[in-house]
Amino acid sequence: MHSNSFHCSLSLSLYSSTMDRAHSRRHVASMKQSLFDQGYLDEQFIQLEELQDEANPNFVEEIVTLYYRDSSRLISNLENTLERKPLDFNKLDTIMHQFKGSSSSIGAKKVKAECTLFREYCSAGNAEGCRRSFQQMKKEYAALRKKLETYFHLARQAGPLETAFRPK
Amino acid sequence: MAAPSSSNWVMESPHVPHVLAVDDNLIDRKLVEKLLRNSSCKVTTAENGPRALELLGLTSGGQNTMNGRSKVNLVITDYCMPGMTGYELLKKIKESSVMKEVPVVIMSSENIPTRINKCLEEGAQMFIQKPLKQSDVKKLTCQLMNCEI
Repeated sequence: MHSNSFHCSLSLSLYSSTMDRAHSRRHVASMKQSLFDQGYLDEQFIQLEELQDEANPNFVEEIVTLYYRDSSRLISNLENTLERKPLDFNKLDTIMHQFKGSSSSIGAKKVKAECTLFREYCSAGNAEGCRRSFQQMKKEYAALRKKLETYFHLARQAGPLETAFRPK
Repeated sequence: MAAPSSSNWVMESPHVPHVLAVDDNLIDRKLVEKLLRNSSCKVTTAENGPRALELLGLTSGGQNTMNGRSKVNLVITDYCMPGMTGYELLKKIKESSVMKEVPVVIMSSENIPTRINKCLEEGAQMFIQKPLKQSDVKKLTCQLMNCEI
């Protein structure tokens, strides 16, 4: 009858949207787990998520967006400084110290490791090492950025639950 | 709330410490600010030592720009800053007659014992390793509030 089929289709659409949401959340959780498993992120990222609350529901994404902006500036700065001859290792180290700090504060594990390596090359006055490490660091940064953009996109779709779980 | 006559310290209200956070790194400033707010603190941030001194009223003008109403109960500063380091800022605060009682906490990403000792010897309350975690800040604010009460 008319009202029965209406109720049926309503329950069905409610059921399927609930299933979609549950599916999305599982997807987000598994993506997050893999970011940790693959070493892109560390515990500090969880610290950021734990700071999210009703007053600041997008805190992590906001801080990561600031990180992108700051990083672009620092990378550009590094590029310019790497073009000078002879290399100013002190200046390079100072810039990279900043970048390492920000990366560490958001839990960007691989990027942070590359920054550390770069600084070691600076201390040793190894120009070739610096250049190689800089290229590698840019790759890691680009990879992380891409993954995080996907992650936040999925997280927004899935809804506000299931943020600060601790990965296994 | 009665204040000891020798000190300028009157907390605005018993449980809202006012913290001055100093860091040249934008992301770290945002993070420390949020961590402190989550621990029920009022927060003012500064990008560098000279600006911090200005806010504390320790520049040559001698005017406390926070108007005597909202005195700072704690300074938390990064060690590595261009120009004036956190250590130099610590020294200036401890050398002042007005602000020397304010606890100063130093943060650093580098765990260098000589650096840590130098800061503690100069009167730093605590030395915290970056990146900052909620538990670090909670510990700090608990200590601070216990001292005040």
